[in-house]
Amino acid sequence: MNRPLLCLAGLGLAIVYPLAVPNYFVNIGMLVLFTAFIGQSWNLAGGFAGQTSFGHVVFFGTGAYTSTILQVTYGWNPWLAWPVAMIAGAAVGWMIAVLSFRAGLRGSYFALITLAFAEVFRILANSVSFTRGGLGMLIKADQRPLNFQFKDPIWVYYLALALCVVSILIAWQLTRSRFGARLIAVRENEDAARALGIDVFAEKVKVLTLSGAMCAAGGTFYAQKYLYIDPNIAFGVDKSVEMLLVSMVGGAGTTFGPLIGSLALTAINEVTRSLASVVPALKNVQPLSLVVYGIMLVLIVARLPDGLMGMFRRRPHHA
Amino acid sequence: MLEVRDLSKSFGGLKAVDHATFDVRQGEIVGLIGPNGAGKTTLFAAIAGFHKPEAGRVTFEGRDITGLAPHKICGAGMVRTFQITQPFAKISVRENIMVGAYFHTADWRVAAREAEAVARAVGMEGQLDQRGADLTVAGRKRLELARALATHPRLLLLDEVMAGLNPTEILDIVEVIKRIRETGITILLIEHVMQAVTSLAGRVYVLNQGRMIAEGTPAAIAEDPQVIEAYLGHGAAGALRA
Repeated sequence: MNRPLLCLAGLGLAIVYPLAVPNYFVNIGMLVLFTAFIGQSWNLAGGFAGQTSFGHVVFFGTGAYTSTILQVTYGWNPWLAWPVAMIAGAAVGWMIAVLSFRAGLRGSYFALITLAFAEVFRILANSVSFTRGGLGMLIKADQRPLNFQFKDPIWVYYLALALCVVSILIAWQLTRSRFGARLIAVRENEDAARALGIDVFAEKVKVLTLSGAMCAAGGTFYAQKYLYIDPNIAFGVDKSVEMLLVSMVGGAGTTFGPLIGSLALTAINEVTRSLASVVPALKNVQPLSLVVYGIMLVLIVARLPDGLMGMFRRRPHHA
Repeated sequence: MLEVRDLSKSFGGLKAVDHATFDVRQGEIVGLIGPNGAGKTTLFAAIAGFHKPEAGRVTFEGRDITGLAPHKICGAGMVRTFQITQPFAKISVRENIMVGAYFHTADWRVAAREAEAVARAVGMEGQLDQRGADLTVAGRKRLELARALATHPRLLLLDEVMAGLNPTEILDIVEVIKRIRETGITILLIEHVMQAVTSLAGRVYVLNQGRMIAEGTPAAIAEDPQVIEAYLGHGAAGALRA
């Protein structure tokens, strides 16, 4: 298998794809790429560094709200608000990391604390005035590229593609850099990592800050695409699960895991949706895709701990 | 090079290490032996920053390193290995060793080259692509050694690298350790089994119930009645002589 060639072919296909299909499928493709992107932000912390989070949506929502508030309340251009949203996401990532890792939280305790942070942010967004509470925030439609709004969905698709490519490049860079090797060492064994001179605390804080910034970028993208956010969309647990799921299904800690997982889950989603509309017995199982997700996750954890990517990877120890 | 003075560490009411004092000089191999539960590993952990000692001082190359974080102690030039091996299980031997090598280089090509060189030095060149989890006990012990070496330490703290190995494997690793010393690295070696130490160490300290009870050449230590009693029980020295 020639990997660089395969990647180029995949990229070529991804570029040509929206030109060949109707808008409905362009949107689905955009969702695949977007979910792969935020999934990758989870994967940096949860997959590479082993810091499993159940509340990654806290960064997503922080990004979405930061850029939307700057835009709606203070009249900022959304393109300029985007980097500020990323800084806000990074700051929240840094804060959660410092608080939890200083307290020595690991594994499931860390996962639960992230979930708690996401819930606190959701409740805050519901109750404070500058987010307009449960009413949510509407971004005025003004479809000009200068305004980060596009008439033709193809441009949204290409933007999602660009984000996805950048996130894959970041992950790929991790697999061949000192920072990445240290994250993996931290995941595999913190004591051994410490003995070999790794400042475990600092590495964990770094990766969560980076992950927070990336995920927040996804939040702004989402807000600009749908022009509406509310506390449940921006800080709801669904998005957290989605990010975790695409990484786990595709292969946590692998460069292409989130993309493969996102492709697989979107395919399942579409198939079950059309099945539910065709087969009367399935009509009341709503949504059917969640049932299939659940079964898949159980199968993956039990049979394919390295995710779908694990099937492709040659196992060196069998050589 | 390493000076440990009156180091104490207790867990609850138990004094695991009780005013331990010893020295390691540049270029030697020093053995630290003692029966099971003597506090050897705790003493190691307290020196290397994994436990905070409640009293005493650790000086390395003239610098006070008492209670520093492990990664800072590694930075000072002193690295420990683990008795219960701690491989990075899901990555290859090469990547395991590279983690150590990344301590002094940020370039993955340099780290990869270094990993191969270190693997050769400890006799793991044939296992570079195996996963950490798939190694035998002997392989894991060597990997501990290799990763630590890759950080370029000046003092290596080896915690029972021979425990669990068969006699042939012990002979092999003794050769490896001798070669490491020849490259100018000083070694402090914990062993439960005395014979393993006698072939390597110039000087031996004996720890029993958290206290240093003897110091000397391996031959002198083997004759020491206090040491014999620590290993074989009270009155054993007299019984042996009779």
